[in-house]
Amino acid sequence: MPEAPAETAVAITVNGKAIAARPGELVIDAAERNGVYIPRFCYHHRMEPVGMCRMCLVEVDTGRGMALQPSCMLTVAPDMVVETESPVAKKAQDGILEFLLINHPLDCPVCDKGGECPLQDHTVAFGPGESRFVEEKRHYEKPISISENVYLDRERCILCDRCTRFAKDVAGDTLIHFQDRGNGTQINTFPDHPFASYFSGNTVQICPVGALTAKPYRFKARPWDLDVVESTCTDCAVGCRIVIDGSRNEVLRYAGVDSDPVNWSWLCDKGRFGFEKVGADARLSAPLVKETNGDLVETRWADALTQAARAIKAGLDKNGPGGTAIIGGAHLTNESAYAWAKLAKGVIGTDNVDAQLGDGLPAAMVAGMARATIDEACVAGGTLLVIGSDPKDELAVLFLRIRDAVTLHKTTVVELSPRATSLSEIAAHSLRSVPGAVHELVNQIIAGEGDLAPVRAALANDHLTVLLGRGSMAESAEATVAAAAALLAAFPNVKFLSGLRRANVHGALDLGLTPGFLPGRVTLDDGRAWFTEAWDTVPAEPGLDAAGILAAAADGRIDTLILLGADPLADFPDRELATRGLKGARTVIAVETLLNSSSAFAHIVLPAAGAAEVDGTTTNIEGRVSTVRQKVTPPGTARPDWMIAAELAFRLGADLNITDAASAWAEIERLSAAHAGMTAEALGNEPDGLIVGRTEPDVERPAMVSFSAPAFEAPAVDAYSLRLVTTRRLYDQGTLVSHSPSLAGLAVSGSLLANPTDLDRLGVAPSGNVKVSSPRGAITAAVEPDATVPPGTVVLAWNQGDPSPNALIDAAAPVTEVRLETTS
Amino acid sequence: MARLDDTNLATAKEIISRYPRIKSATIPLLHLAQEQDGYVATDAMEHIAELTNTTPAQVLGTCSFYEMFKREPVGKYLVNICTNISCQIMGGEELLHHAEESLGIKGGSTTADGLFTIEDVECIAACTEAPCLQINYRYFHKISNDQFDEVIADLRSGGRTDEIPPHGTLARIRQHIPADRAAGNADPAGIPEPIWLSAPATAPPEGEKA
Repeated sequence: MPEAPAETAVAITVNGKAIAARPGELVIDAAERNGVYIPRFCYHHRMEPVGMCRMCLVEVDTGRGMALQPSCMLTVAPDMVVETESPVAKKAQDGILEFLLINHPLDCPVCDKGGECPLQDHTVAFGPGESRFVEEKRHYEKPISISENVYLDRERCILCDRCTRFAKDVAGDTLIHFQDRGNGTQINTFPDHPFASYFSGNTVQICPVGALTAKPYRFKARPWDLDVVESTCTDCAVGCRIVIDGSRNEVLRYAGVDSDPVNWSWLCDKGRFGFEKVGADARLSAPLVKETNGDLVETRWADALTQAARAIKAGLDKNGPGGTAIIGGAHLTNESAYAWAKLAKGVIGTDNVDAQLGDGLPAAMVAGMARATIDEACVAGGTLLVIGSDPKDELAVLFLRIRDAVTLHKTTVVELSPRATSLSEIAAHSLRSVPGAVHELVNQIIAGEGDLAPVRAALANDHLTVLLGRGSMAESAEATVAAAAALLAAFPNVKFLSGLRRANVHGALDLGLTPGFLPGRVTLDDGRAWFTEAWDTVPAEPGLDAAGILAAAADGRIDTLILLGADPLADFPDRELATRGLKGARTVIAVETLLNSSSAFAHIVLPAAGAAEVDGTTTNIEGRVSTVRQKVTPPGTARPDWMIAAELAFRLGADLNITDAASAWAEIERLSAAHAGMTAEALGNEPDGLIVGRTEPDVERPAMVSFSAPAFEAPAVDAYSLRLVTTRRLYDQGTLVSHSPSLAGLAVSGSLLANPTDLDRLGVAPSGNVKVSSPRGAITAAVEPDATVPPGTVVLAWNQGDPSPNALIDAAAPVTEVRLETTS
Repeated sequence: MARLDDTNLATAKEIISRYPRIKSATIPLLHLAQEQDGYVATDAMEHIAELTNTTPAQVLGTCSFYEMFKREPVGKYLVNICTNISCQIMGGEELLHHAEESLGIKGGSTTADGLFTIEDVECIAACTEAPCLQINYRYFHKISNDQFDEVIADLRSGGRTDEIPPHGTLARIRQHIPADRAAGNADPAGIPEPIWLSAPATAPPEGEKA
């Protein structure tokens, strides 16, 4: 951070040294920024100070003589004199530590925190050598489980209020609290109300003692045996900075890194404990090919690659480049995404490539809209309009940033969604939209008549950001696109923050893993000349998206379908089409880390290296490119995805010229209009990452796409039917969660939520099972009346196992109308 | 044991309407719950959390801070016998031992019929009247063993109900504010700050340093 400008700086003296502090800064921060560390337990600079532990007592003279004051509760003032190491301050710190250690059990040898424990470290650095306390210490049951993944040992607790402040102020899940008082004061949950927060793992990270420990890490390692690399979490598209702690070639835990523009050291539990999938037993370690009897059997890489290349070549000879299609790639690194884009578009020559599975937004919009950063979206006094996204369940840490902006910085949130979400409580305006017709509501708000006038006034803000997601799979993205277009026309200064959730979907789109685009947010036509020079060839015509590819495959027009870590059966909105597509393709090649439900259709399975096993970069929702690092070796012979692409290219008679992640990145930086200037060196200098498309290219490169939307008319509401809305939960039945034992139990099967008046009107019993039918198919689901669901709507969670809404959805229909019948 | 019943729920809503912030009604509602059941039941705390828009953990945090909220059932009559210094000198401990013996229970426990709970308490601020005790927080000053037995016998036979209501009853007269005169909740955060409360726009003159 830059130093405070001289005219606003507050001149204070710390330990005899003159310091320029920032106005409003706390003494503890000002001192630390200038190299004087004041010991602390309760103070955490991402939370409000409470002055609970008294460890940061220092001697301060504000003009009335020296006095002991907690430096975390004291704002700097001109001419303040601070002594952090004077005999009085030292004695105070020493005394506080002796008090804190009175009840602390000193079971450090069996404590997970031992070796990285602030209480241990501070005791050595600031504390007394011995205790005068000879009486009995407090005793509590050790340890108690306060949530699925967190243990609480109350004997070790020093009551610093960090976890409870986090739960209340940061996460908004006040499920742990101080109880009792005096010597009996303890942290605990309410009986039978566990600390079931998506963010519970953060309390383990911020606990200054070993009171809160994570079950997945319990007794796994000692901190001094851990080997650490800094990386980026790739479980969703927020791109939280993490450190990967490992030992003996095994990943043991993730911890959040305080990245100022992104995650502020917080992680969600899915990211934090999802590390277990890295070393999952079920990981693919050798290529598989399908025998004639239908079994997948292990084979050698050479054979598998030869077979794959032969299949692609046969398709090329028969149907031309369009006969090959690629679905997926949203979990690859940027380097691997680029390698696959180059293989598909520059070697094979097909544009039938889509990193999204019909569950995202059009690439032209994501790449073309004016993008905001998280900081810009959460700016103090700004307005954030949220359309079709429930950040808490889709981009969990973004929710923490939005919550902070609303509760502490007067950011206004306006939410438009078909049903209440986690933001409804903190939103200034939470409005319900008709599923599939959110643009109509947006137009009404822009008109701003009657009740909507205050909403319009909230949007007329110099800092207006729209978080644009794809909340419900049961409607097409067209209404969202139309809404964005209307907003852009009405508020020309609007910026957009993408709400797409797949790990590196933004990187994949930026690097051309989407139909009609070439790397660098450049359309096929705009980039044709530039990339023909670089790659020799580019596809002639824009290709098909995932829905188009699956439909073409179902008609027998796709010879080779490559699934890049994609599971169309689970993730494509329309299961019926996905099944027909997978069956219709002549050869299905799956490049996977773990087998999934679509793998049964694969003829060749190539094992890929996953998170923590590859070096490279990833791109988050803002377009921020940050590095991911390898910590462990991939299982068996699994390889990075770029290497698989390069091997296939070699067998097709081409050379991708990619020999490692660095060479891929160098080529991206050289060719992409959006990544110009983002050299490996520049990235290395900026651990928080660099934003795509914000640097000026040195030489003339193709123009980046700008956003324009086609007109869209939503179908009229059918009074006899109910419109289906799908919602996401953080813990779903996806491959990641299912292969992380600590998370698998958290996924719950969903039931169909309907408004009680609708159930009454339709004569459907408000309990038991109902038959839900749409033009596409029918499922039987348990029904649950829920008054928060707007009338005319039913809600079913996405990817929570059976019954799954993707049996009901027609990918080609703009909305999904369903009817309910009581089953006998 | 139980959530608030319909009558008490109506009272609870009235109590809530008296406070600018809903959450401020937590303690009065805990009293109401204790009045209903004689102690604050787990279900009642959950109910209060729903009513005050907080979490059960927050309600428990508040409830457990105060000694006078009982989270386990206690007798209909809670006998607090002081054994602090003045009472100790004047026979408070003997009184406690007598009470324990005559009721057949140790301090901190409840008789089998659920009528009496004895507690050994710290100073109850009636040192000039030592030894003293409270029954459901009603004072008995300079009490002898015989007087104690007499009070217990009266309570056991159903007497003195005017003097000592069952445990949990704060007062037998409850103030009511008719709905049409209730101020209602209005979060102060949503109300513009009076101008004299805002920080002075200009710096204080030289020499007036705080």
